[in-house]
Amino acid sequence: MNDHINQIEKNALQELESADCKKSLEALIVKYLGRKGLVTQFLRNISKLPQDERPEAGKQANLTKKSLNAAFQKQQRDIENKSLQTEDRIDVSLPGRPTATGSLHPITHITDRICDIFLRFGFDIAEGPEVETDYYNFEALNIPKNHPARDMQDTFYISDNIVLRTHTSPIQIRIMEQQEPPVRIIAPGKVYRCDSDLTHTPMFHQVEGLMVDKKITFADLKGMLTLFVHQIFDDKISLRFRPSFFPFTEPSAEVDILCVICRGKGCRVCSGTGWLEVLGCGMVHPAVFENAGYDTKQYKGFAFGMGIERIAMLKYRIDDIRKYFENDLRFLRQF
Amino acid sequence: MKASLSWLKKYITIDMELSELADALTMAGLEVDNIYDRYEYLDKVVVGCITEIKPHPNADRLSLCTITTGDDQINLVCGADNIKTGMHVPLALPGAELPGGFVIKKSVIRGEASGGILCSATELGLGEDKKGIMNLPDNLKLGESLAIALKLSDPVLEIDLTPNRPDCLGIIGVAREIAAFQNKQVQYPSSKPIASAELDENISDLTSVKIENTDLCSRYGAKLFKNVKIGHSPLWLKDRLISTGIRPINNFVDITNYVMMETGQPLHAFDFDKLAEKRIVVRTAKKGENFITLDNKKRTLSKQMLMICDGEKPVAIAGVMGGLNSEVTDTTTSVLLESAYFDPSSIRKTSKKFSLNTDAAHRFERGVDPAGTIKALKRAVQLIEKTKCGTVINGIIDENPVPYKPLSINVKLEEINSLLGTNIKRNKIIELLQGIEFSVKNKTKDEFDNLFIITPPSYRVDIKRPVDIIEEIARLYGYNRIPVTFPAIPAKTKKSSSYIVYKKQIKSLMTGLGFSECINYSFINNRSAARLNLEPDDARYNMVNLLNPLSKDHAVMRSSLIPGMLETMRRNITRNVYNLKLFEIGKIFIHKGEDVLPREKEIIAGLLTGTREESNWHNQDNPVDFYDLKGAVEALFDALKINKTASVKFTMLPDNQCYYTKPGYTAQIISGNKTAGIIGEVNHRVLNNFNLSAKAFIFEINLTELYKLIPETVFAEPVPKFPAVSRDITMIVDKNFESANILENESLLKENLLEKLELLAVFEGEPIPTDKKSISFRITYRSAQGTLEDNTINKIHKKLSDNLITEFNAALPE
Repeated sequence: MNDHINQIEKNALQELESADCKKSLEALIVKYLGRKGLVTQFLRNISKLPQDERPEAGKQANLTKKSLNAAFQKQQRDIENKSLQTEDRIDVSLPGRPTATGSLHPITHITDRICDIFLRFGFDIAEGPEVETDYYNFEALNIPKNHPARDMQDTFYISDNIVLRTHTSPIQIRIMEQQEPPVRIIAPGKVYRCDSDLTHTPMFHQVEGLMVDKKITFADLKGMLTLFVHQIFDDKISLRFRPSFFPFTEPSAEVDILCVICRGKGCRVCSGTGWLEVLGCGMVHPAVFENAGYDTKQYKGFAFGMGIERIAMLKYRIDDIRKYFENDLRFLRQF
Repeated sequence: MKASLSWLKKYITIDMELSELADALTMAGLEVDNIYDRYEYLDKVVVGCITEIKPHPNADRLSLCTITTGDDQINLVCGADNIKTGMHVPLALPGAELPGGFVIKKSVIRGEASGGILCSATELGLGEDKKGIMNLPDNLKLGESLAIALKLSDPVLEIDLTPNRPDCLGIIGVAREIAAFQNKQVQYPSSKPIASAELDENISDLTSVKIENTDLCSRYGAKLFKNVKIGHSPLWLKDRLISTGIRPINNFVDITNYVMMETGQPLHAFDFDKLAEKRIVVRTAKKGENFITLDNKKRTLSKQMLMICDGEKPVAIAGVMGGLNSEVTDTTTSVLLESAYFDPSSIRKTSKKFSLNTDAAHRFERGVDPAGTIKALKRAVQLIEKTKCGTVINGIIDENPVPYKPLSINVKLEEINSLLGTNIKRNKIIELLQGIEFSVKNKTKDEFDNLFIITPPSYRVDIKRPVDIIEEIARLYGYNRIPVTFPAIPAKTKKSSSYIVYKKQIKSLMTGLGFSECINYSFINNRSAARLNLEPDDARYNMVNLLNPLSKDHAVMRSSLIPGMLETMRRNITRNVYNLKLFEIGKIFIHKGEDVLPREKEIIAGLLTGTREESNWHNQDNPVDFYDLKGAVEALFDALKINKTASVKFTMLPDNQCYYTKPGYTAQIISGNKTAGIIGEVNHRVLNNFNLSAKAFIFEINLTELYKLIPETVFAEPVPKFPAVSRDITMIVDKNFESANILENESLLKENLLEKLELLAVFEGEPIPTDKKSISFRITYRSAQGTLEDNTINKIHKKLSDNLITEFNAALPE
């Protein structure tokens, strides 16, 4: 019996080769798969076979039906496509009609990426004034007048008591004055320092972060920032927490990542050290909590800050910080 | 702070590789910025051999020498008289920089070319013989650099110290840190006198010290020396000073500097004979008093500055710089040596005022060891005896009106581990703290009430609170050993500020409209308001001035984004980038008075110039115009769901209010009775002021006002079920007729069945009279209840058209 159905299939496929128009194909379909078609009939006759041959014959017949169906359908498509072919053609390699698109500044791209990561950690975005009082920029952050720590930041002065903020940290104080713990904020913005050379511009951007709650530890700070660094750079990058000093945090640390250019071998970008400084951080200094009116017995917290230009330089391999503010369209359009 | 390995090794055995040592210091918080060999300067000084000596044809005392360096022969001029042929000598080649900053160049001396210099030991900083050329051993390899040939190597660690660690501004301080992580002891130098003074005289018979301002000077120690012989210091002493970057001056000054670099305590030497009444008074200055410092500059003193005075007048600015009137010179025969403790913030105020960041001021303002005053003085006495530069007078003056009281800080074990997230054991903490010479008492009631009573050493002036102790433990334990955990984030979160969310959305909408974001400096030239042709009473003249700007172009905070945009336009055009579509979101600053924060307003500004798109095969170059920019602003408003007919209007800005835009080509963007911004073509005078000639169009909108117009949410409306019918109308109106009269016409918009009102065409020219124009509108009618009958529509349309014609005195086209 199997030979019989195989022969039907073979014949059908052979005839299909010459069925090159819609009409002949339709006739072929009727001949084999129509109500009185050969395959249909074969299927119908299976019940007359001996009991033990029926399953095998049924299986074979169904396979044949399926394969013929597929072959006929393919032929049908080919015939249709052929009928659509005309002499009317366009040059698809010509450029499309331009639709203007602009681009975001690289600083905005990186700021958004940083903020998005912390938004997923449940942080809120905050902002603050760019012209600040000496109190918010320094004193409330445990940097008294006539303290050498003021040398760490070259300050633009408006008057004795008004400065251009040298960091985004004053936002910490402004937020804590307005809000009871728990606090989780991320605060991007422009900052200003009286410094201009190959690696410094008098205006640049920072992102500040602050988390305050009852049981926050230095280990948590390490965890949060490790996760952040892995998300903003890549999962496998090595990083280290190195002791440092900021008057408004204690213990304080700098976070270094293994140089993305030389992978730690030492190059011009990392000045031969193999490491790149990307973040400053630490546990909020009790004096800062006292200034903001938080109970130092009850609350702990960590704060961190980073320069956006620096991270953008590393991510986009930008070699000159001044490019950011020249706004050459050919530079801007690359991002 | 520069610390050479050889000097460090005086106080601590170092059994680590140099790179390991640098890493360990960095990870202890003393960041090693750079490591270099201090004999690097000998790289271009090579071993040579004199092969020929001829007399100089034009100078009796000079000779012409030929030197071989193995491969090369160099001819040079030499003035020394100890040279012989066959002698091995140090040859400094062009480019070599000798101690003292002398750079060797090829030169012509009295008509003869000289391709290098033969050096004396002094010139190379390698010995004291300065008369003749250094005679090198014959077995040295010719051509080899001197550092390699003589096996000279001394790495210097350059440490970028944070301001909280003045204790490490002396080599001993750095050695103490190394001792801590190496688990070793520092070998402190002895300050015991070498010989007891031979003179019968006692210091107290010869001089006195009186401290008038004990709040600014808590301790003042002095020693006196007679038969002083001012001269050069021995080589070892000079060499040490050079290794830390200090220039040797004379034996007394060098010893004061040596002790400062060793201990961190600055000392000062006075010529005792020049002190009036032979005594010292420590007091604040008199207002307006003049004083000449050692650098020969006249300084006007102010009242709160602390001065070291003699019986009559100031002789030094305390802790900052000595005075010319009491300087130790070659003729000095007796010296008073000062070692004192001054109030850090007072010293800083004075040094800042005079911009005198001396090594002494740098240390005093950060805080020297309050208990180290006399120890340092004794160390200096010992060195003076050792180098035999004077006779010590018996006795010491030690005025100490405010004695140092050691601190006692209590920290609980639990406090330490709960801040750090660690589980450091009691014994480990004791071991770590004792390793840096903290004295630790531990009272243990039980596991939870485990109290440490800690006294930091006097030189650790940064340790005041329990948290300072915890930081020490963390850094000594190793930050990298502290676990990495993740804080629990409470479920309670605040709603995001929608202003910030919209700002982000606006930026991305602008890029979708083809604009690229630029960021200009917040500071601009103080002539910018004038360059914008603003009226004299315009608020934008109230700019916030920087007291210490970097340049004239960055002297004030911007009161408008437009100058920055125009500067950016010019910068691009000079670089042949002519087609610009830019926007910026940033703050402007308006001065509100002395010592008051200025008003900060966030603005979005846009600029369009050049052609609509870059040349391409689909289109010719079309120059941009007002409507390109207006279209973009309207698209922005649409995307933000700001219903522009209801709440925002673009109306002609009166000519007398067009300062930097062209009259007749400027609209104000009005919402209710508030102007949110303007849009228009830049005035040619302003373009001139910014050295521009290409047409440019700008808009600026107050972002806070714009934000208020954005609906918090929109509600879905049903999509119409029945078809619309539209009818057109064309009218002849005055040429200066504003189309908004119709587009925003209230009686039209009142009509219930009117769905949409659009402008079809504006036409001027034949056959329309020259003072008129034709204007065509399409009105779309629709009812939500059913399909509209032609009859109904015709009636309504006629009524509306007639009304318009009457209202605006228009005519129908012929």
